[in-house]
Amino acid sequence: MSDTEVEDKKAKYRRVAYYPGCALEGTGHAYNSSTKAVGKALGLELQEVKNWNCCGAMEVKNIDPKVQTYLSSRVMSIAANEMRADVVMAPCNGCYHNLKKAEHDLAQDPASREVVDRISRKAGHAAYRAGQVETIHALDWIKHGLGEDGLKRRIKNSLKGLKVANYYGCMYTRPRHIFPEKDRGPGSESTSKPHFMDDLLEAAGAQNVEFPLKTACCGGAHTLSDSDTSTKLVLNILRAAEAAGADVIATECPTCHSGLEMHQVRAEKVLGEKTTVKMLYFTQLLGIALGLSPRKVGVHENVSEGLELLRSKGLA
Amino acid sequence: MTTLAAIESELDAFIPQAEPRAAAERLIALAEQALEHWVVARGDEPTGDLQEGFRLLALHRQGAKGVPSFNACRETCREIAYHHHLIAAEPQSALVTQRQRMMAMLAKHLLLFVSGKLQVEGLGEFCCAARPLRLESQQT
Repeated sequence: MSDTEVEDKKAKYRRVAYYPGCALEGTGHAYNSSTKAVGKALGLELQEVKNWNCCGAMEVKNIDPKVQTYLSSRVMSIAANEMRADVVMAPCNGCYHNLKKAEHDLAQDPASREVVDRISRKAGHAAYRAGQVETIHALDWIKHGLGEDGLKRRIKNSLKGLKVANYYGCMYTRPRHIFPEKDRGPGSESTSKPHFMDDLLEAAGAQNVEFPLKTACCGGAHTLSDSDTSTKLVLNILRAAEAAGADVIATECPTCHSGLEMHQVRAEKVLGEKTTVKMLYFTQLLGIALGLSPRKVGVHENVSEGLELLRSKGLA
Repeated sequence: MTTLAAIESELDAFIPQAEPRAAAERLIALAEQALEHWVVARGDEPTGDLQEGFRLLALHRQGAKGVPSFNACRETCREIAYHHHLIAAEPQSALVTQRQRMMAMLAKHLLLFVSGKLQVEGLGEFCCAARPLRLESQQT
Protein backbone atom coordinates (compact mmCIF):
# COMPACT_ATOMS: atom_id res chain seq x y z
CA MET A 1 0.00 0.00 0.00
CA SER A 2 1.35 3.42 -0.93
CA ASP A 3 1.73 6.20 1.64
CA THR A 4 -1.13 8.06 -0.01
CA GLU A 5 -3.40 5.02 0.31
CA VAL A 6 -2.45 4.67 3.97
CA GLU A 7 -3.28 8.32 4.66
CA ASP A 8 -6.53 8.11 2.67
CA LYS A 9 -7.69 5.14 4.69
CA LYS A 10 -6.70 6.82 7.94
CA ALA A 11 -8.87 9.82 7.08
CA LYS A 12 -11.72 7.73 5.72
CA TYR A 13 -11.93 5.35 8.69
CA ARG A 14 -11.97 8.06 11.38
CA ARG A 15 -15.73 8.21 11.12
CA VAL A 16 -17.65 5.17 9.91
CA ALA A 17 -21.20 3.85 9.84
CA TYR A 18 -21.43 1.12 12.44
CA TYR A 19 -23.38 -2.06 11.76
CA PRO A 20 -23.32 -4.17 14.95
CA GLY A 21 -25.68 -6.89 13.67
CA CYS A 22 -27.95 -9.15 15.71
CA ALA A 23 -25.30 -11.17 17.54
CA LEU A 24 -23.77 -8.07 19.10
CA GLU A 25 -27.12 -7.24 20.65
CA GLY A 26 -27.33 -10.72 22.15
CA THR A 27 -24.57 -13.18 22.96
CA GLY A 28 -21.90 -10.84 21.62
CA HIS A 29 -22.95 -7.88 23.75
CA ALA A 30 -19.48 -7.56 25.28
CA TYR A 31 -17.99 -7.32 21.78
CA ASN A 32 -20.39 -4.46 21.07
CA SER A 33 -19.62 -2.53 24.25
CA SER A 34 -15.87 -3.09 23.99
CA THR A 35 -15.82 -2.03 20.31
CA LYS A 36 -17.61 1.21 21.17
CA ALA A 37 -15.40 1.85 24.21
CA VAL A 38 -12.20 1.23 22.24
CA GLY A 39 -13.39 3.47 19.40
CA LYS A 40 -14.06 6.26 21.86
CA ALA A 41 -10.69 5.84 23.55
CA LEU A 42 -8.93 5.92 20.19
CA GLY A 43 -10.84 8.90 18.82
CA LEU A 44 -12.46 6.81 16.08
CA GLU A 45 -16.10 7.73 15.60
CA LEU A 46 -18.97 5.28 15.12
CA GLN A 47 -22.40 6.23 13.85
CA GLU A 48 -24.78 3.33 14.13
CA VAL A 49 -26.69 2.51 10.94
CA LYS A 50 -30.26 3.67 11.44
CA ASN A 51 -32.99 1.05 11.56
CA TRP A 52 -30.63 -1.70 10.49
CA ASN A 53 -31.82 -5.24 9.84
CA CYS A 54 -30.37 -8.76 9.97
CA CYS A 55 -27.73 -9.37 7.27
CA GLY A 56 -29.45 -12.63 6.30
CA ALA A 57 -26.84 -14.66 8.17
CA MET A 58 -26.96 -18.38 7.51
CA GLU A 59 -30.69 -19.02 7.74
CA VAL A 60 -31.93 -16.79 4.93
CA LYS A 61 -28.92 -17.60 2.79
CA ASN A 62 -29.75 -21.29 2.95
CA ILE A 63 -33.30 -20.69 1.76
CA ASP A 64 -32.76 -17.95 -0.83
CA PRO A 65 -29.30 -16.43 -1.29
CA LYS A 66 -30.67 -13.48 -3.25
CA VAL A 67 -32.96 -12.45 -0.40
CA GLN A 68 -29.87 -12.49 1.80
CA THR A 69 -28.17 -10.26 -0.76
CA TYR A 70 -31.10 -7.86 -0.51
CA LEU A 71 -31.06 -7.83 3.32
CA SER A 72 -27.34 -7.01 3.38
CA SER A 73 -27.76 -4.45 0.60
CA ARG A 74 -30.45 -2.63 2.59
CA VAL A 75 -27.96 -1.99 5.41
CA MET A 76 -25.47 -0.57 2.92
CA SER A 77 -28.21 1.45 1.20
CA ILE A 78 -29.18 3.17 4.46
CA ALA A 79 -25.52 3.92 5.19
CA ALA A 80 -24.92 5.31 1.70
CA ASN A 81 -28.18 7.01 0.83
CA GLU A 82 -29.56 8.13 4.19
CA MET A 83 -26.40 8.63 6.26
CA ARG A 84 -24.11 9.66 3.39
CA ALA A 85 -21.43 7.36 4.79
CA ASP A 86 -18.47 6.12 2.75
CA VAL A 87 -17.60 3.21 5.02
CA VAL A 88 -19.63 0.60 6.91
CA MET A 89 -17.84 -1.18 9.73
CA ALA A 90 -19.16 -4.61 10.78
CA PRO A 91 -17.32 -6.30 13.68
CA CYS A 92 -19.16 -9.61 13.28
CA ASN A 93 -17.53 -12.00 10.80
CA GLY A 94 -20.93 -13.22 9.59
CA CYS A 95 -22.22 -9.70 8.89
CA TYR A 96 -18.91 -8.59 7.41
CA HIS A 97 -18.84 -11.65 5.15
CA ASN A 98 -22.45 -11.19 4.03
CA LEU A 99 -22.09 -7.51 3.23
CA LYS A 100 -18.92 -8.22 1.25
CA LYS A 101 -20.69 -11.04 -0.58
CA ALA A 102 -23.65 -8.79 -1.41
CA GLU A 103 -21.23 -6.16 -2.69
CA HIS A 104 -19.57 -8.75 -4.92
CA ASP A 105 -22.85 -10.21 -6.19
CA LEU A 106 -24.30 -6.80 -7.00
CA ALA A 107 -21.18 -5.90 -8.95
CA GLN A 108 -21.09 -9.18 -10.87
CA ASP A 109 -24.54 -10.66 -11.12
CA PRO A 110 -27.44 -8.96 -13.00
CA ALA A 111 -29.97 -11.39 -11.48
CA SER A 112 -28.97 -10.28 -7.97
CA ARG A 113 -29.34 -6.63 -9.01
CA GLU A 114 -32.78 -7.34 -10.39
CA VAL A 115 -33.93 -8.96 -7.12
CA VAL A 116 -32.46 -6.16 -5.01
CA ASP A 117 -34.07 -3.51 -7.22
CA ARG A 118 -37.44 -5.20 -7.05
CA ILE A 119 -37.51 -5.73 -3.27
CA SER A 120 -36.05 -2.27 -2.59
CA ARG A 121 -38.80 -0.69 -4.69
CA LYS A 122 -41.41 -2.67 -2.81
CA ALA A 123 -39.85 -1.66 0.52
CA GLY A 124 -39.77 1.98 -0.56
CA HIS A 125 -36.07 2.77 -0.34
CA ALA A 126 -33.26 3.42 -2.81
CA ALA A 127 -31.64 0.27 -4.11
CA TYR A 128 -27.99 -0.12 -3.16
CA ARG A 129 -25.51 0.13 -6.03
CA ALA A 130 -22.17 -1.70 -5.84
CA GLY A 131 -19.37 0.64 -4.86
CA GLN A 132 -21.47 3.15 -2.90
CA VAL A 133 -19.82 2.19 0.38
CA GLU A 134 -16.80 0.21 1.48
CA THR A 135 -17.46 -2.53 4.03
CA ILE A 136 -14.70 -3.14 6.55
CA HIS A 137 -14.15 -5.26 9.66
CA ALA A 138 -13.34 -3.85 13.10
CA LEU A 139 -9.78 -5.08 12.53
CA ASP A 140 -9.44 -2.96 9.36
CA TRP A 141 -10.97 -0.03 11.19
CA ILE A 142 -8.35 0.08 13.93
CA LYS A 143 -5.44 -1.18 11.85
CA HIS A 144 -5.94 1.41 9.10
CA GLY A 145 -7.85 4.10 10.99
CA LEU A 146 -5.13 4.44 13.58
CA GLY A 147 -2.32 1.99 12.89
CA GLU A 148 0.06 0.25 15.24
CA ASP A 149 2.12 3.35 15.93
CA GLY A 150 -0.93 5.38 16.86
CA LEU A 151 -2.11 2.55 19.07
CA LYS A 152 1.27 2.17 20.79
CA ARG A 153 1.23 5.85 21.74
CA ARG A 154 -2.08 5.36 23.56
CA ILE A 155 -1.19 2.21 25.52
CA LYS A 156 -1.43 2.78 29.27
CA ASN A 157 -1.52 -0.80 30.48
CA SER A 158 0.74 -2.92 28.29
CA LEU A 159 -0.34 -6.52 27.72
CA LYS A 160 3.26 -7.56 28.27
CA GLY A 161 3.48 -11.09 29.60
CA LEU A 162 0.15 -12.13 28.13
CA LYS A 163 0.47 -14.95 25.61
CA VAL A 164 -2.21 -14.77 22.96
CA ALA A 165 -3.42 -17.18 20.26
CA ASN A 166 -5.24 -15.12 17.65
CA TYR A 167 -8.27 -16.91 16.26
CA TYR A 168 -9.92 -15.44 13.15
CA GLY A 169 -12.36 -18.20 12.21
CA CYS A 170 -13.26 -19.01 8.64
CA MET A 171 -15.58 -16.23 7.45
CA TYR A 172 -13.13 -13.35 7.80
CA THR A 173 -11.09 -14.53 4.82
CA ARG A 174 -13.27 -16.88 2.77
CA PRO A 175 -14.10 -17.03 -0.07
CA ARG A 176 -11.13 -15.01 -1.26
CA HIS A 177 -12.90 -13.46 -4.25
CA ILE A 178 -15.26 -11.36 -2.11
CA PHE A 179 -12.27 -9.67 -0.43
CA PRO A 180 -10.46 -8.01 -3.34
CA GLU A 181 -8.55 -5.72 -0.97
CA LYS A 182 -6.84 -8.67 0.75
CA ASP A 183 -3.67 -10.44 -0.44
CA ARG A 184 -2.34 -7.25 -2.00
CA GLY A 185 1.09 -7.29 -0.47
CA PRO A 186 2.55 -5.32 2.43
CA GLY A 187 -0.02 -3.49 4.50
CA SER A 188 -2.92 -5.64 3.31
CA GLU A 189 -4.52 -8.57 5.09
CA SER A 190 -3.64 -12.15 4.11
CA THR A 191 -6.40 -14.67 3.49
CA SER A 192 -4.17 -17.65 4.21
CA LYS A 193 -2.36 -16.26 7.25
CA PRO A 194 -4.35 -13.30 8.56
CA HIS A 195 -2.33 -11.05 10.84
CA PHE A 196 -4.21 -7.81 11.58
CA MET A 197 -5.27 -8.97 15.04
CA ASP A 198 -1.74 -10.23 15.71
CA ASP A 199 -0.37 -6.82 14.67
CA LEU A 200 -2.72 -4.83 16.89
CA LEU A 201 -2.28 -6.99 19.97
CA GLU A 202 1.47 -7.02 19.54
CA ALA A 203 1.35 -3.22 19.40
CA ALA A 204 -0.57 -3.40 22.69
CA GLY A 205 2.31 -5.40 24.20
CA ALA A 206 0.97 -8.94 23.96
CA GLN A 207 3.11 -11.90 22.97
CA ASN A 208 1.47 -13.71 20.06
CA VAL A 209 2.07 -17.44 19.96
CA GLU A 210 2.48 -19.50 16.78
CA PHE A 211 -1.07 -20.78 16.28
CA PRO A 212 -1.66 -22.75 13.07
CA LEU A 213 -5.40 -23.18 13.64
CA LYS A 214 -6.16 -19.46 13.41
CA THR A 215 -8.56 -19.87 10.47
CA ALA A 216 -9.72 -23.41 11.20
CA CYS A 217 -13.43 -24.20 11.30
CA CYS A 218 -15.03 -23.96 14.77
CA GLY A 219 -18.03 -26.03 13.69
CA GLY A 220 -20.31 -23.04 14.21
CA ALA A 221 -22.50 -23.88 11.24
CA HIS A 222 -23.58 -27.24 12.61
CA THR A 223 -23.38 -26.58 16.30
CA LEU A 224 -27.06 -27.47 16.70
CA SER A 225 -27.39 -30.26 14.15
CA ASP A 226 -24.16 -32.01 15.12
CA SER A 227 -23.03 -30.72 18.51
CA ASP A 228 -20.58 -33.53 19.16
CA THR A 229 -18.46 -32.75 16.10
CA SER A 230 -18.57 -29.03 16.96
CA THR A 231 -17.41 -29.81 20.49
CA LYS A 232 -14.53 -31.92 19.18
CA LEU A 233 -13.51 -29.22 16.69
CA VAL A 234 -13.52 -26.57 19.40
CA LEU A 235 -11.70 -28.84 21.83
CA ASN A 236 -8.98 -29.35 19.25
CA ILE A 237 -8.64 -25.56 18.80
CA LEU A 238 -8.48 -25.04 22.57
CA ARG A 239 -5.90 -27.78 23.02
CA ALA A 240 -3.80 -26.46 20.14
CA ALA A 241 -3.86 -22.99 21.72
CA GLU A 242 -2.77 -24.45 25.04
CA ALA A 243 -0.08 -26.53 23.37
CA ALA A 244 1.14 -23.34 21.71
CA GLY A 245 1.51 -21.83 25.18
CA ALA A 246 -1.39 -19.37 25.01
CA ASP A 247 -3.04 -17.91 28.11
CA VAL A 248 -5.88 -16.53 26.09
CA ILE A 249 -7.51 -16.94 22.68
CA ALA A 250 -8.30 -13.55 21.15
CA THR A 251 -11.44 -13.58 19.01
CA GLU A 252 -13.02 -11.22 16.50
CA CYS A 253 -16.28 -12.99 15.72
CA PRO A 254 -19.24 -13.37 18.12
CA THR A 255 -20.22 -16.77 16.71
CA CYS A 256 -16.72 -18.20 17.05
CA HIS A 257 -16.37 -16.63 20.49
CA SER A 258 -19.65 -18.12 21.78
CA GLY A 259 -18.79 -21.45 20.16
CA LEU A 260 -15.39 -21.61 21.84
CA GLU A 261 -16.87 -20.66 25.21
CA MET A 262 -19.91 -22.93 25.11
CA HIS A 263 -18.12 -25.97 23.71
CA GLN A 264 -15.32 -25.54 26.24
CA VAL A 265 -17.96 -26.05 28.90
CA ARG A 266 -19.61 -28.87 26.92
CA ALA A 267 -16.30 -30.65 26.32
CA GLU A 268 -15.77 -30.85 30.06
CA LYS A 269 -19.33 -31.97 30.77
CA VAL A 270 -19.81 -34.45 27.92
CA LEU A 271 -16.30 -35.63 27.12
CA GLY A 272 -14.66 -35.04 30.50
CA GLU A 273 -11.97 -32.95 28.75
CA LYS A 274 -10.99 -29.85 30.69
CA THR A 275 -9.11 -26.95 29.11
CA THR A 276 -8.22 -23.76 30.91
CA VAL A 277 -7.34 -21.29 28.14
CA LYS A 278 -9.56 -18.18 28.31
CA MET A 279 -11.42 -16.40 25.51
CA LEU A 280 -11.50 -12.63 25.18
CA TYR A 281 -12.55 -10.44 22.27
CA PHE A 282 -9.59 -8.58 20.79
CA THR A 283 -11.45 -5.34 21.55
CA GLN A 284 -11.60 -6.33 25.23
CA LEU A 285 -7.85 -6.87 25.25
CA LEU A 286 -7.21 -3.58 23.47
CA GLY A 287 -9.56 -1.82 25.89
CA ILE A 288 -7.63 -3.19 28.87
CA ALA A 289 -4.37 -2.06 27.23
CA LEU A 290 -5.85 1.40 26.72
CA GLY A 291 -6.51 1.62 30.44
CA LEU A 292 -10.24 0.84 30.41
CA SER A 293 -11.61 -1.26 33.26
CA PRO A 294 -12.51 -4.93 32.67
CA ARG A 295 -16.13 -4.04 33.48
CA LYS A 296 -16.17 -1.26 30.91
CA VAL A 297 -15.21 -3.74 28.19
CA GLY A 298 -17.60 -6.42 29.44
CA VAL A 299 -15.16 -9.05 30.70
CA HIS A 300 -17.76 -9.99 33.34
CA GLU A 301 -20.21 -10.86 30.54
CA ASN A 302 -17.99 -13.57 29.07
CA VAL A 303 -18.75 -17.20 29.91
CA SER A 304 -15.02 -17.82 29.95
CA GLU A 305 -13.82 -16.19 33.15
CA GLY A 306 -10.94 -14.01 32.08
CA LEU A 307 -10.82 -11.68 35.05
CA GLU A 308 -8.62 -13.90 37.22
CA LEU A 309 -6.19 -14.28 34.34
CA LEU A 310 -6.04 -10.52 33.84
CA ARG A 311 -5.46 -10.05 37.57
CA SER A 312 -2.71 -12.65 37.61
CA LYS A 313 -0.95 -10.72 34.84
CA GLY A 314 -1.34 -7.42 36.67
CA LEU A 315 -3.78 -6.15 34.07
CA ALA A 316 -6.81 -5.72 36.29
CA MET B 1 -9.60 -47.95 3.49
CA THR B 2 -8.79 -47.16 7.13
CA THR B 3 -11.91 -46.01 8.94
CA LEU B 4 -12.24 -42.44 10.15
CA ALA B 5 -12.47 -43.75 13.71
CA ALA B 6 -9.17 -45.61 13.31
CA ILE B 7 -7.47 -42.50 11.90
CA GLU B 8 -8.82 -40.46 14.81
CA SER B 9 -7.54 -43.02 17.31
CA GLU B 10 -4.07 -43.00 15.76
CA LEU B 11 -3.98 -39.20 15.82
CA ASP B 12 -5.18 -39.11 19.43
CA ALA B 13 -2.45 -41.56 20.39
CA PHE B 14 0.27 -39.72 18.49
CA ILE B 15 3.32 -38.64 20.44
CA PRO B 16 6.24 -36.75 18.89
CA GLN B 17 8.82 -39.14 17.49
CA ALA B 18 12.59 -39.33 17.58
CA GLU B 19 12.45 -39.65 13.77
CA PRO B 20 10.58 -36.46 12.96
CA ARG B 21 10.62 -36.87 9.19
CA ALA B 22 9.02 -40.32 9.44
CA ALA B 23 6.43 -38.91 11.84
CA ALA B 24 5.63 -36.08 9.42
CA GLU B 25 5.20 -38.59 6.59
CA ARG B 26 2.83 -40.65 8.69
CA LEU B 27 0.80 -37.61 9.76
CA ILE B 28 0.40 -36.33 6.22
CA ALA B 29 -0.63 -39.82 5.10
CA LEU B 30 -3.34 -39.85 7.77
CA ALA B 31 -4.54 -36.43 6.63
CA GLU B 32 -4.68 -37.71 3.04
CA GLN B 33 -6.71 -40.70 4.17
CA ALA B 34 -9.24 -38.38 5.81
CA LEU B 35 -9.66 -36.50 2.54
CA GLU B 36 -9.90 -39.78 0.60
CA HIS B 37 -13.01 -40.61 2.65
CA TRP B 38 -14.66 -37.41 1.46
CA VAL B 39 -13.69 -37.95 -2.18
CA VAL B 40 -14.83 -41.58 -2.19
CA ALA B 41 -18.13 -40.72 -0.47
CA ARG B 42 -18.83 -38.32 -3.32
CA GLY B 43 -18.31 -41.14 -5.79
CA ASP B 44 -14.89 -40.14 -7.11
CA GLU B 45 -11.55 -41.93 -7.32
CA PRO B 46 -9.01 -40.20 -5.03
CA THR B 47 -6.41 -38.48 -7.16
CA GLY B 48 -2.77 -39.51 -7.12
CA ASP B 49 -1.74 -36.11 -8.48
CA LEU B 50 0.35 -33.60 -6.63
CA GLN B 51 -0.32 -29.92 -6.18
CA GLU B 52 2.58 -27.73 -5.12
CA GLY B 53 4.36 -31.00 -4.36
CA PHE B 54 1.65 -32.39 -2.09
CA ARG B 55 -0.99 -35.03 -2.80
CA LEU B 56 -2.86 -33.63 0.23
CA LEU B 57 -3.41 -30.32 -1.56
CA ALA B 58 -4.45 -32.08 -4.77
CA LEU B 59 -6.97 -34.16 -2.81
CA HIS B 60 -8.33 -31.03 -1.18
CA ARG B 61 -8.76 -29.38 -4.57
CA GLN B 62 -10.54 -32.50 -5.85
CA GLY B 63 -12.80 -32.56 -2.79
CA ALA B 64 -13.70 -28.88 -3.07
CA LYS B 65 -14.77 -29.12 -6.71
CA GLY B 66 -18.44 -28.10 -6.77
CA VAL B 67 -18.52 -27.69 -2.98
CA PRO B 68 -17.13 -24.23 -2.17
CA SER B 69 -17.80 -24.68 1.54
CA PHE B 70 -15.20 -27.45 1.57
CA ASN B 71 -12.65 -24.65 1.29
CA ALA B 72 -13.21 -24.07 5.00
CA CYS B 73 -10.47 -26.70 5.46
CA ARG B 74 -8.14 -25.32 2.78
CA GLU B 75 -5.86 -23.46 5.17
CA THR B 76 -5.82 -26.43 7.53
CA CYS B 77 -4.47 -28.53 4.64
CA ARG B 78 -1.95 -25.83 3.76
CA GLU B 79 -0.81 -25.62 7.40
CA ILE B 80 -0.31 -29.39 7.43
CA ALA B 81 1.84 -29.08 4.30
CA TYR B 82 3.70 -26.14 5.87
CA HIS B 83 4.44 -28.10 9.04
CA HIS B 84 5.59 -31.05 6.92
CA HIS B 85 8.01 -28.64 5.23
CA LEU B 86 9.24 -27.26 8.56
CA ILE B 87 9.87 -30.71 10.00
CA ALA B 88 11.51 -32.02 6.82
CA ALA B 89 13.70 -28.94 6.46
CA GLU B 90 14.78 -28.70 10.10
CA PRO B 91 14.58 -32.13 11.74
CA GLN B 92 17.18 -31.08 14.33
CA SER B 93 15.38 -27.89 15.30
CA ALA B 94 14.59 -27.36 18.96
CA LEU B 95 11.03 -26.74 17.83
CA VAL B 96 10.60 -30.09 16.09
CA THR B 97 8.66 -31.72 18.93
CA GLN B 98 6.21 -28.84 19.05
CA ARG B 99 5.86 -28.87 15.27
CA GLN B 100 4.99 -32.56 15.27
CA ARG B 101 2.44 -31.98 17.99
CA MET B 102 0.86 -29.12 16.04
CA MET B 103 0.87 -31.12 12.81
CA ALA B 104 -1.02 -33.94 14.56
CA MET B 105 -3.59 -31.41 15.85
CA LEU B 106 -4.00 -29.98 12.38
CA ALA B 107 -4.54 -33.47 10.95
CA LYS B 108 -7.06 -34.15 13.70
CA HIS B 109 -8.88 -30.92 12.82
CA LEU B 110 -9.05 -31.92 9.19
CA LEU B 111 -10.40 -35.33 10.13
CA LEU B 112 -13.09 -33.80 12.37
CA PHE B 113 -14.04 -31.31 9.68
CA VAL B 114 -14.40 -34.09 7.10
CA SER B 115 -16.42 -36.21 9.56
CA GLY B 116 -18.80 -33.32 10.24
CA LYS B 117 -19.07 -32.47 6.59
CA LEU B 118 -19.91 -36.06 5.66
CA GLN B 119 -22.77 -36.01 8.12
CA VAL B 120 -24.06 -32.61 7.00
CA GLU B 121 -24.02 -33.77 3.38
CA GLY B 122 -25.61 -37.12 4.23
CA LEU B 123 -22.60 -39.03 2.95
CA GLY B 124 -20.41 -41.72 4.41
CA GLU B 125 -20.97 -44.66 6.68
CA PHE B 126 -22.49 -43.71 10.01
CA CYS B 127 -23.83 -47.14 10.73
CA CYS B 128 -23.63 -50.44 8.91
CA ALA B 129 -26.80 -49.77 6.94
CA ALA B 130 -26.60 -46.03 6.22
CA ARG B 131 -25.22 -46.04 2.69
CA PRO B 132 -27.41 -48.82 1.21
CA LEU B 133 -30.50 -47.10 2.64
CA ARG B 134 -29.50 -43.78 1.17
CA LEU B 135 -28.76 -45.27 -2.23
CA GLU B 136 -32.05 -47.14 -2.16
CA SER B 137 -34.00 -43.99 -1.38
CA GLN B 138 -32.29 -42.19 -4.24
CA GLN B 139 -33.30 -44.90 -6.69
CA THR B 140 -36.97 -44.94 -5.71
